Amino acid sequence: MDKVKRFFSSNIREISLIIVIVVIAMFVELRSGGRFLTSMNINDMLMETSVLAIMAVGMMMVIITGGIDLSIGATMALSAMVGGTFLKSSVLSGNPLPNLLIVVIAIAVGIVCGLINGALVSKLKILPIIATLGMMNIYRGATYLVANGSWIKQAEMGPGFLTLATGKFMGINNLLIIAVVVYIIAYFFAGYTKTGRKIYAVGNSEESARVSGIKTDRVLVLAYTIMGAIAGLGGILYVCKYGVAQGETCTGYEMNVIAACVLGGVSITGGTGKVPGVLLGAILLGMLNNAMPLIQVSSFWQEAIRGGIILFSIIANALIQRNVEIKALRRRNI
Amino acid sequence: MSDYILELKGITKIFPGVKALDNVHFSLKRGEIHALMGENGAGKSTFIKVITGVHRPEEGEIYLNGQKVVFKTPKDAQNMSIAAIYQHGTTYQHLSVTENIYMGHEKLTKFKTIAWNKMHKDAKALLKRLGSDIDPRSIMGNLTVAEQQVVEIAKAISTDAKIIIMDEPTAALSKRECEELYRITEQLRDEGCSIIFISHRFEDMYRIASRVTVFRDSQYIGTWGVNELTNDELISKMVGRKIADIYPKQQLEMGDEIFKLEGLSKLGYYKDISFSLHAGEILAMTGLVGAGRSEVCQGIMGIEKPDKGSVYLDGKKLKIKCVKDAMDAGIGYFPEDRQKQGLILDWGLGDNVTLATLEKFTKHTIINRKAERQKAKELLEEVKTKALSVFDKASSLSGGNQQKVIVAKVLNSDLKVVILDEPTKGVDVGAKAQIYEIMSSLAAKGYGVIMISSEMPEVLGMADTILVMKEGRVSKIFNDCSNVTQEQILEAAMNV
Amino acid sequence: MAKEIIRQAVSADGTRTIQAERSFELKRFFLQWEWMLVLMLILVNIFNISASPNYANVKGILNATRDFLDKAIVVFPMAFVLMLGEIDISVASIMALSATIMGVVFQTTQNMVLAIFAGLVAGTVCGFINGIILAKFPELSSMIVTLSTQIIFRGIAQIILETQSISGFPSWFQQVAAGKVGYIPYALIFVVVEALFFAYLLHYTKFGRRTIAMGNSVTVAKYSGIKTDRTKIIIFTMVGLLSAVAAVYLASKMSSVRSDVAKGYELDIIAMAVLGGISTSGGKGRILGASLAILVIGYLRYGLGLINASSQIIMIVVGILLIVAVAIPNLKGSVGQANWIKNLKRMFIKQKN
Repeated sequence: MDKVKRFFSSNIREISLIIVIVVIAMFVELRSGGRFLTSMNINDMLMETSVLAIMAVGMMMVIITGGIDLSIGATMALSAMVGGTFLKSSVLSGNPLPNLLIVVIAIAVGIVCGLINGALVSKLKILPIIATLGMMNIYRGATYLVANGSWIKQAEMGPGFLTLATGKFMGINNLLIIAVVVYIIAYFFAGYTKTGRKIYAVGNSEESARVSGIKTDRVLVLAYTIMGAIAGLGGILYVCKYGVAQGETCTGYEMNVIAACVLGGVSITGGTGKVPGVLLGAILLGMLNNAMPLIQVSSFWQEAIRGGIILFSIIANALIQRNVEIKALRRRNI
Repeated sequence: MSDYILELKGITKIFPGVKALDNVHFSLKRGEIHALMGENGAGKSTFIKVITGVHRPEEGEIYLNGQKVVFKTPKDAQNMSIAAIYQHGTTYQHLSVTENIYMGHEKLTKFKTIAWNKMHKDAKALLKRLGSDIDPRSIMGNLTVAEQQVVEIAKAISTDAKIIIMDEPTAALSKRECEELYRITEQLRDEGCSIIFISHRFEDMYRIASRVTVFRDSQYIGTWGVNELTNDELISKMVGRKIADIYPKQQLEMGDEIFKLEGLSKLGYYKDISFSLHAGEILAMTGLVGAGRSEVCQGIMGIEKPDKGSVYLDGKKLKIKCVKDAMDAGIGYFPEDRQKQGLILDWGLGDNVTLATLEKFTKHTIINRKAERQKAKELLEEVKTKALSVFDKASSLSGGNQQKVIVAKVLNSDLKVVILDEPTKGVDVGAKAQIYEIMSSLAAKGYGVIMISSEMPEVLGMADTILVMKEGRVSKIFNDCSNVTQEQILEAAMNV
Repeated sequence: MAKEIIRQAVSADGTRTIQAERSFELKRFFLQWEWMLVLMLILVNIFNISASPNYANVKGILNATRDFLDKAIVVFPMAFVLMLGEIDISVASIMALSATIMGVVFQTTQNMVLAIFAGLVAGTVCGFINGIILAKFPELSSMIVTLSTQIIFRGIAQIILETQSISGFPSWFQQVAAGKVGYIPYALIFVVVEALFFAYLLHYTKFGRRTIAMGNSVTVAKYSGIKTDRTKIIIFTMVGLLSAVAAVYLASKMSSVRSDVAKGYELDIIAMAVLGGISTSGGKGRILGASLAILVIGYLRYGLGLINASSQIIMIVVGILLIVAVAIPNLKGSVGQANWIKNLKRMFIKQKN
């Protein structure tokens, strides 16, 4: 009994997110006349959400350290573009590179981008928001340079590559499988490895972490590098799914990812955030995107509603936090 | 093997502009509790950071078990079984107790993942050994200060530390909690740990330590057996002169009542605070850290608004919504934390002095900088700062001089009541005397002075009236201070 | 050296005098970040002139400013926000929403003056909303709050205008952007006056001094009797108002409004302020620097446009400028405003310890 109680009290945030998701799902299901909770729609929705969800894990690591990464939209585009260019030339020469190699190339590009961000933040002590803002410009510019004004179209990617997103493994879409794998790894990394916990330590208090012998600079670089690697992966999957890579791919995507994290309970001041929460945050956002057209919310309303929900949840969270503090003060009995 | 488990010889540590430690010695016997005493700013905290490898000294040597060692990082010191519990807790507030204990030396399963269950179990056992039943899964930030301290001690033992340093562990504890801490400390000693115990409180030292080392003004003064020294001798070693010299208290005729509090309350911080203050009176508010003294004054000033109660000045009820209102009414506040609340360290002294009273120099919306600088110069000269120019940065001054700059800043408004929150904290002895002088002269000019202080000698030496707070309430008010003793005050502050 | 002499004078005399004036020091004068910006500005213009001979006259140089005046209008209030240690990402969305409101009001009433007024009110309200949320919830970071209001404001603009664009403004309205006194565009005059006003506000008034104090430490400011909430609200409202002014200019320049105008402008605006030496952690910076940085980035973009360098190069250059500009003053830390050269050295030579 005690265990159940503890489980509820320590996962209150995740549980309330699940409740919100369920309530919205029921509502949409009723309003849409049963078109929402069909297996096909759910499959669609999860596929749509998987890239966002993957990206949110990386962003979570960065935000936990107390930072932020605005450059990931550009990193996604750059790594996808570099990967895509290799693919295009190999397809044209009639000898397409294996999918795995393309993914590895994209991730490698992402890692380089992340490393640079991490170095700027940890070594040169530039505020994360400014460092990644600047790098966002640079990566985006580099993407255009690599693209050289042209798009990489579906036909140029070759049918083999596209199966990466559309293919199925044991009846489950590949994207979904990749997302699940990423989440399992992230869950264990964040919760069950020393390095993962160090990220939390640095976010809680850089000073304490340093005193207890943690090399905080290294932890920061690592967090941004993981973010970069995930952005590389996310970028190539995104391009594969939509079948086109161009200079403007994923512009503004970072805002979606940050929103998913904030909804999932990652505190922007650092130190807290859980993998399951982020997953639920991403699912909630993805579900809204999918559900709004189904219940005839005009596409023009969707942005404002999404923004409103994010703002509402931040403010609600702040109010709940205040309430908790008042309760704690009452207990002091003064 | 050497008698001493730890020896430090000729340690000198220099920070930009200050010698924080000047040729300091220290030796710790196996299995002893060794008190380290000295005033704030005497260099104790820096000294600990040298032992734990956070700072590297410019000169001097460290011997562990007779072997010379060099700590390059905190990790090195940890590996040598040295652990410290810092004054300002170095905890991870959002993480669990278990994690706070094991951060940096987690227990792993055979797959190299963190063995949470084992860690929780071990943490529970560790805490139990210390006689505590804290749930290892609870979040650190939700514990009381005393509980957090126990967790930190558990952390120290979990690393198999042989040398444990406790930096002012009793500062924020109630009497009962202190007893608990003594018990744990003695238990650790009996289990073979050597403990360096830093404290301001003489009773801590007499209660548990066997030897005491005194630092003063960054220098080593000496080491004695606890029973070799009388209280007075120890104080004069710490302060460097007889205390009586430094309190220039004048006996003044008290004027009319100018200031009154009635039933001031704020949920969770203080309740039903009432007292009155006369012109020319120095009222000392004392009590343990966390008793709510600063919070009351912040309530008066409108920094954190009280829920209930009223403030009267010259018989008129004040409506204070923000600090500005209080200042306009004639109440000035010297905050406790100079660097975080009092001064903008990156700014020149002149700008700091005039920040709260800019309207005095403003004509047609434009600040008259020349007049501003001139006034700042006069004020800074009046309080005798050691600055050379109004452009000197606040960060370039020592603690005592920074305090004087704040005095200048507050004095620039027209005040009737002055509240000083721990005015001599971290200030060297010379500057202390000057601050007392300023306080006396304020009272002589007819101001009402409220001084918050934890230092008994200064409370007894300066106050006309002593108000003791305990757990957010007024515990006792001594109107006649001539016969009050330290013990009486402590009793009022801590009675169970 | 001068200091040594004073020190001796003090100890000999016994009484202490504190200097209230400081002598002019050539070194300090030239070690200001603004000189670096001036240098950049000269280099950029030399580059521009060599790229296009048509440019090398007063008319060309003044005309080029029309390219970036819309952003310039918002840089100054943004500088105030950054001085506070906050950030406002929603400015571009405020521009879009005010432009939209302006367009819709014009469409329904055909009254341009009323429309402009409505647009300005809309922008002011948006800024006020940001300000009030941040003042009432100081625990929320301004980045997250303005990030969500950014989505909301632009979202509302989309709800109102959907994909249509509104045009057909009266011909006098075109003159807002196109009109000139001699060679000088009206809008340039406005921006110059605005810059002077903000320089006055920041460097000469109580309000400015208090803003800088808050950027250094909100706590100290609060303890010094500064009404921090009010200051915050005023500054964010100011940003809203001037974003709306920029929207008016933008609408006039493009002679139409759509809900997706000014996308991504916030980044350029922040970059201009930051390059100008306004510290994003608050409390440091000058309007002069920001003004010069507007010109540097503005002319750079214009010039790269002249040689048909596509926007990719421009983005990279702006990004590098931004990072270098922040890295150098950041390293100077508490050492002093003027030591960026020393810090440049420190940046590349590894520090001891």
